[in-house]
Amino acid sequence: MSFWTDPINFVNHWLMLTLTGWGLSGFFASIIANLLGILLLITAAMVLDIMLVWVERKVVARFQGRLGPNRVGPYGLFQPFPDIIKLIIKEDITPEGADKVVFNIAPILSLASVIFLWAVVPLASTIYGVDLNVALLYLVAAGALGTLSIIMAGWSSNNKYALLGAFRQVAAMISFEIPMIVALLIPTVLAGSLSLKVITDFQSGGKWFFLLSPLGAVLFLISAIAELGRSPFDLNEGESEIVSGYHIEYTGMKFGLFYAGELLHAFTFGGFLAVLFFGGWHGPWASTHPFLGAFYFVAKAMFGYWLIMWVKYTVPRIRIDHMLAFNWKFLTPVAFALLIVTVVVHSLLKGLGFLPYALGLFLSNVLLGWITLEILRATTRKQRLALKSPEPVAQH
Amino acid sequence: MDASQVIFILSAALIVASALMVVTTRNLIHAALWLISTLFGVAVLYALLEAGFLAVVQVVVYIGAIAIMFIFAVMLTRKELRDRGAQVNAAWPAAALLGVLTFGGLLVIFSKWDGLGRLPAEMAGTSDAMLSQLGIALTSPDLFVLPFEVASILLLAALIGSVYVAMNKK
Repeated sequence: MSFWTDPINFVNHWLMLTLTGWGLSGFFASIIANLLGILLLITAAMVLDIMLVWVERKVVARFQGRLGPNRVGPYGLFQPFPDIIKLIIKEDITPEGADKVVFNIAPILSLASVIFLWAVVPLASTIYGVDLNVALLYLVAAGALGTLSIIMAGWSSNNKYALLGAFRQVAAMISFEIPMIVALLIPTVLAGSLSLKVITDFQSGGKWFFLLSPLGAVLFLISAIAELGRSPFDLNEGESEIVSGYHIEYTGMKFGLFYAGELLHAFTFGGFLAVLFFGGWHGPWASTHPFLGAFYFVAKAMFGYWLIMWVKYTVPRIRIDHMLAFNWKFLTPVAFALLIVTVVVHSLLKGLGFLPYALGLFLSNVLLGWITLEILRATTRKQRLALKSPEPVAQH
Repeated sequence: MDASQVIFILSAALIVASALMVVTTRNLIHAALWLISTLFGVAVLYALLEAGFLAVVQVVVYIGAIAIMFIFAVMLTRKELRDRGAQVNAAWPAAALLGVLTFGGLLVIFSKWDGLGRLPAEMAGTSDAMLSQLGIALTSPDLFVLPFEVASILLLAALIGSVYVAMNKK
């Protein structure tokens, strides 16, 4: 066991030896080692979060044909630090009539619900928090806490715009949870486990689930964007109706926590997309060199994050009734159909070797996607014809 | 005293304290939030019993769905979120007696049970084994597939019923 092949266990082993050498009992030594591990993981996630502010601002600028931050440091790399200093020194205002305790817990819970997710993410073969056998359900449970934080923020602000924004956002999050859970079931069926470690190990040697179920990956991406409340599903923000939604009354760093939570959440969903459909940390020489695996994981997660940003800054916003219709009449039925097709094809072709199995799954996905598009085309055509073309006014 | 006992005592204290707050606070939203804290404590107990699946489902279903629905219902149906009426009615001594008797009965039953001093792992196996046993039990025809499906149909009927009630009839 050396540092380069198994860094976490190496450091853990060394730490335990040192601490017990100082006269601590093994029990307390393991508590201290685990606490340090948790602290390290959270710190890494938060430092990454600081840099995500720069990534987000730079990418949106490029999508809009601007340069983005370019004054502080090389390529504006140090831009997040003035941003953070500004947030910290802003006046902290608690609105009159606000429920102070709930008002202050909400932003913390919002960021915590995202950080909880990092407990189960396998960064590399030996670098992960816990290998939970219900990790995918844990993802949904952490999302539930995020939903709770939004309704707490909306209610405790004592502001009707905040409350309306929270209602909208929570309604959207609860309804998009259904296609998301069904999309999560597809890697579960393929790997036969809810554990992210097993799902990652199943995709070794380039057998990415994206190749087996491209439609599943697309469904997961769409429902993840809706769960994030990002454009085109950003119901909580509307300058002309509810201003900026549930966090309208938050100032300074409390708003900063919501903002940091949103950015980290987007990146984390990019990471889950990588783990579930793009092979996680797998790549050339990654199984023997964990740091390389962690690099591949972050690169893949960045790609997922970039996809989410790409959609956010190029697709126009959807109205709330269209959004709910999109979920209940399109996304949910397609997700269930895909689940049934995947289960049937998986159990029929499982014993035939990898190539026919992968080809069967891929073609069934393509076929289902094509049928869906044809049905959509036919229904929209019917709707257009039903509306008829309006008669010119000048003839009357 | 080992770590799991410390965690048990802390979470049991959390459950009891926040359950008391649910019934004593006059602010309905606070009551719902305290209820969430109670349910979270129960999830911790499940996790201590090696039932990770139940712990996570407890959070998903009770906090993510039912508690959020409570909050929605309270906010949408009440004009005032503060309860001003009396907090106990005339039947409280009978209810208290019933509560004490139930607690005493449970105490007597559990003191006779031989599983009290054993660890969950040696009674039901590891968390993985328990999870697959649960999955097989819920889907195998000679175990619980029928009650499971009947429960799903009941929920579906409730769903259709609520849509019908809420539908805007023209």
